[in-house]
Amino acid sequence: MKAFLKYREIWLAAAIIVLIGLISTRFPAFADPGNLRQVFNDTSILMILALGQMVVILTRSIDLSMASNLCFTGMVVAMLNAAHPAIPIPALIVIALAVGLVLGAINGLLVWLLNIPSIVVTLGTLTIYRGVTFVLSGGAWVNADKMSPDFIGFQRAAFLGIPVLSWIAILVIALFFVLMTRTALGRSIYAIGVNPTASVYTGIDVGRTKFIVFCISGMIGGLAGYLWISRYVIASVEVANGYELNIIAACVIGGISIAGGIGSVGGAVLGALFLGIISNALPVINISPFWQMAISGSAIILAVVLNARGERQQGRIILRKAEVA
Amino acid sequence: MTDIPAPRHIPDRLDKPFRSAIFSWEALLIVVAVAIFAINSFASPYFLDPYSLSDLTFNFTEKGLIAFAMALLIISGEIDLSVAAIIALASTMMGMAVQAGAGTPVLVLIGIVVGLGCGAFNGLLVTRLGLPSIVVTIGTMSLFRGIAFIILGDQAYKGYPESFAFFGQGYVWWVVSFELVLFLIAAVVYWFLLHRTSFGRRVFAIGNNPVAAQFSGVRVGRIKFILFCLTGLMSGIASVLITSRLGSTRPSIAQGYELEVITMVVLGGVSILGGAGSIVGVVLAAFIMGLVTFGLGLLNVPGIVMSIFIGVLLIIVIALPIVWRRLRGSS
Repeated sequence: MKAFLKYREIWLAAAIIVLIGLISTRFPAFADPGNLRQVFNDTSILMILALGQMVVILTRSIDLSMASNLCFTGMVVAMLNAAHPAIPIPALIVIALAVGLVLGAINGLLVWLLNIPSIVVTLGTLTIYRGVTFVLSGGAWVNADKMSPDFIGFQRAAFLGIPVLSWIAILVIALFFVLMTRTALGRSIYAIGVNPTASVYTGIDVGRTKFIVFCISGMIGGLAGYLWISRYVIASVEVANGYELNIIAACVIGGISIAGGIGSVGGAVLGALFLGIISNALPVINISPFWQMAISGSAIILAVVLNARGERQQGRIILRKAEVA
Repeated sequence: MTDIPAPRHIPDRLDKPFRSAIFSWEALLIVVAVAIFAINSFASPYFLDPYSLSDLTFNFTEKGLIAFAMALLIISGEIDLSVAAIIALASTMMGMAVQAGAGTPVLVLIGIVVGLGCGAFNGLLVTRLGLPSIVVTIGTMSLFRGIAFIILGDQAYKGYPESFAFFGQGYVWWVVSFELVLFLIAAVVYWFLLHRTSFGRRVFAIGNNPVAAQFSGVRVGRIKFILFCLTGLMSGIASVLITSRLGSTRPSIAQGYELEVITMVVLGGVSILGGAGSIVGVVLAAFIMGLVTFGLGLLNVPGIVMSIFIGVLLIIVIALPIVWRRLRGSS
């Protein structure tokens, strides 16, 4: 099964290389290492968010509230920065993580203690968190001129020729890679997705693990909140409206099964990169950006068709035969 | 503590003693609705006015129409996130037809046919290729609205004929709007379909156990396909109403409606895991959402703050019976 998973990511990577190749026939400079680094940097936030969503989806749950969490946390740190410019950026990042963690924990507690399906809980908190952002800000925006230069400049500072934002993405990818492949928690997350009942019998606390994954996705949402606001230098209630579905789209394209248990860090990263490349490429090859939505929609459908074929070949053979008979 | 569905009974239309009827989901919703209605009438002097109440209905009729079909779809264990995108695409097609000089009957036909076609496309992908509907419809959601964006960009279609305005703005009698009449007719039709026909029984059977339903001779794929078509059809009808009410088409029309429709369905007591639910519940949930939005609107509460109330209401109404059962179980 491991070999098979690698197989799928290789296919996705190949598709991305072909895509870059096709784009560079129309616009050769696109394949420049410098430009590709730029694309990676542009996609960093989506990659981070996709990883947070991935751990949730792997446990057969879903977190629809991530974009609203991002919006709320972003507003909190932007207002803090506007009011107290002296607070150092690392402290703000810790605050963003903590606020995100609280929002994620609310989702997680409702899923864990009350056993409400996660799609219902996060559908509710999706509107609640964004609404609370409005209450908090009174509908006002926090503009670039109210943010401190450090707040805006931190993620743009170059370290070894690469912006800090990209480094944060690389760090998060590394952390998730360790989490998913080298820790007991990572294994439990996969186990719950593959077979929740069997996981209970092997001594995994399914409810608690789900609580933890919602805490993780909440923290990621909070981190992305700071990164998003300092990147686009505006905090408003409309920030990342509807973005939750882009995050899920990146996961789906990355081969993460919505039925749980299947997916990898590499897949989520590649899925996000795929979307990032498309959105970066359209303007340079003179296709109206209005095409982007339809293209990513087609990509999602295509990805799910291909992935379903892959999933059908493995496992569950006894059940399949019974269904046919 | 898992997602594995517990062994359930089929809660629709078993002989219900009076006591269980009192404690039913619908009863809870009626209490909530009456409470909100009462609070509204106290809070604003403008609330208890036939014209105000008539305006109120526009808050839920269009979404409610889709919610009926969505309820059936969710009971069967599937979901459709593309309904708002279908509205956008159907509206865009109607706008194109107007530019070509089409009359009102043709426009309505186009809206409905495009809706039906989109629903059939979803249905084919889900039933023929065996794909998970939540992912398929996230994809088609981008695709359908994406096509609307490709056609329209940042432009808008206007210039709908005057007779077309009746569907979204017209009144059948006194303060009773055409939309409200359509909503009530659809409620009766869907109630009959779900609770009084063998088709409805099959929908419940599929939602409770698709494999067992298949072995019992229910054509699971075909019924699911029909349900996707119905959801598309209702979205097409809703598109006609919204386009007629607004008198213009932008690609961002009805953005975010899909989550409101699903909230309505879940609030109405339809199990998101499939297999249980009732049309009466959905009708009540539609009223409740309309009451909340309108009542808060009269009090000058901004729309985004109302969404907090809707979100909290959704979670509380779902959590309440669970907490209640826990408390009774432990004592």
